[in-house]
Parts: sequence; structure tokens; C-alpha cells
Amino acid sequence: MTLFFAICKAFLVGGLLCVIAQILIDETAMTPARILTLYVVSGVALGALGVYEKLVDFAGRGATVPLTGFGYAIAKGVKEAVAESGFSGIFTGALTAAAGGTCAAMLFSLAAAALFSSKPK
Amino acid sequence: MKFDKNKYRIYAKQHAGRSPLAKNCLFAFLIGGGICAAGELLYALFSGPLRCEEKESGLWVSVTLIFLSALFTGLGIFDRIAKHAGAGTLVPITGFANAVASPAIDAKSEGFVLGVGAKMFTVAGPVLLYGTAAGAVWGLICWILSRGRI
Repeated sequence: MTLFFAICKAFLVGGLLCVIAQILIDETAMTPARILTLYVVSGVALGALGVYEKLVDFAGRGATVPLTGFGYAIAKGVKEAVAESGFSGIFTGALTAAAGGTCAAMLFSLAAAALFSSKPK
Repeated sequence: MKFDKNKYRIYAKQHAGRSPLAKNCLFAFLIGGGICAAGELLYALFSGPLRCEEKESGLWVSVTLIFLSALFTGLGIFDRIAKHAGAGTLVPITGFANAVASPAIDAKSEGFVLGVGAKMFTVAGPVLLYGTAAGAVWGLICWILSRGRI
């Protein structure tokens, strides 16, 4: 039953984060690249302000799966890196936190490019 | 028929069907929410039966979704879903993965260095650049605050 509620909360919050982006796309004609960049930077800012952590506590994957969650992970990683190793953490924190997702995207995309050819649109 | 830009916009709006925004938002909500719900289910699987730690489970959720996105992009299925989902597939990590995989596959004919290697960062590049830059600014703030405490 707790899993059911967790899934509902993830659905609700994740869905709403998508609706905000859909409104931006339809009303301001922002390109997907700009939306993704905006979402990551917003995630870093909201993570830094301590707001996003509350959303993650509430919605779990509903908050971490959207790209704002990627930004939140960066903010959290940088904070921990600076707390642990001082000034050098400014340089290592962000990409360390982003490493898993970025590496997976690069590797699987390389494999996809090797295996598939583009379909006529 | 001759149209100026403004007239065309009004014409297009009148013929675009009833409130596409509401329909687009509904699809974005259902599919985007569905992806996050699937993520939560995967998380329960990794942290429960597969006994991963909290941080690791989160990573495996992302890796699984990224793998499926790259696969579906290669198979041509992703675009067909994204056409209806709009921001629903864009905003979750699936959108990031698709933004890396799609130009990589399309640029295959240009070679693996300047084609696949360079083009896969067309969208991921700015995302990583500005995410990292914002993170570094936050890191500097953290560092200054930690100095202040000593």
C-alpha cells in the first residue's frame, strides 16, 4: 500500500513538472534544448535553496526523474564535495554527481548509433 | 491566398482544432507522470528485492530509463510516442537520453568522430555546460559560507 501511494505521488508531481514544460513549449515556442537547459539550471537553483529536497522527500522519483532532479543532484553533489574536500569540490562536485546519467546516455547512444541507422521521418 | 504573418497566425489558430494546449497538457501529464511512476516502481524493485543502497537504486533507475530511451530511439518508437507526449517524454531523463541518442544515430553517415561523437552533444552539451556552471557557482557560495563559519 505504501508503494501504491509512492507511485501515485511520483505520477502526480512528475506529471505536473511535464505540464509546466508543455505550457512553456506551447505558449512561448521555447525549443526542447532550452527547456532542458532551463530545467537543469532551475533544479540546481531550487536544490541550492533547499526547496527541491522537500519535493524529493514527498514525490521520490516524481522529482528525481525529471531533469530538474538532475540539477538537484548536481547542487547536492557540489555541496557535499565542498564540505568534504574544500575549494577543489567546486570543480569536482557537479560532474561527479552528473557522471552516472551522463555516462549511461553517452554509452547507450554510442551503441545505438553503431547498431541502428536513422529512419526516414 | 495571400497572408501576412499576423493573419496567418489567426488563421492557424482558428483551424488548429479545439484547445490543443489542454490536450497537449493532458498527454504530457499522463505520459510524463507515467514515466515517473514507472521510475518509482523500478526504484522499489532495486531497493527491495535487488537490495541496492538508496543512492545506487536512484542511479539504476536513471540508467534503466536511459537504456530504454536509447533503444526506443534506435527502433524509431521514441519519436512516435514523443509526438503525442510532447513534454511528457522530454522532461523526464528519457528526454535527455533521446536528445543524445537521436542526433548520434542521425549523424552516423558523417562518421564516428565529427558525426556521432560531436553531434550527440548538440542538446546535452548546453544542458551539461549550464548545469555544471550553475553547480560551480553554488559550490563557490558553499565554500565562502564554510569559510565564514571558521
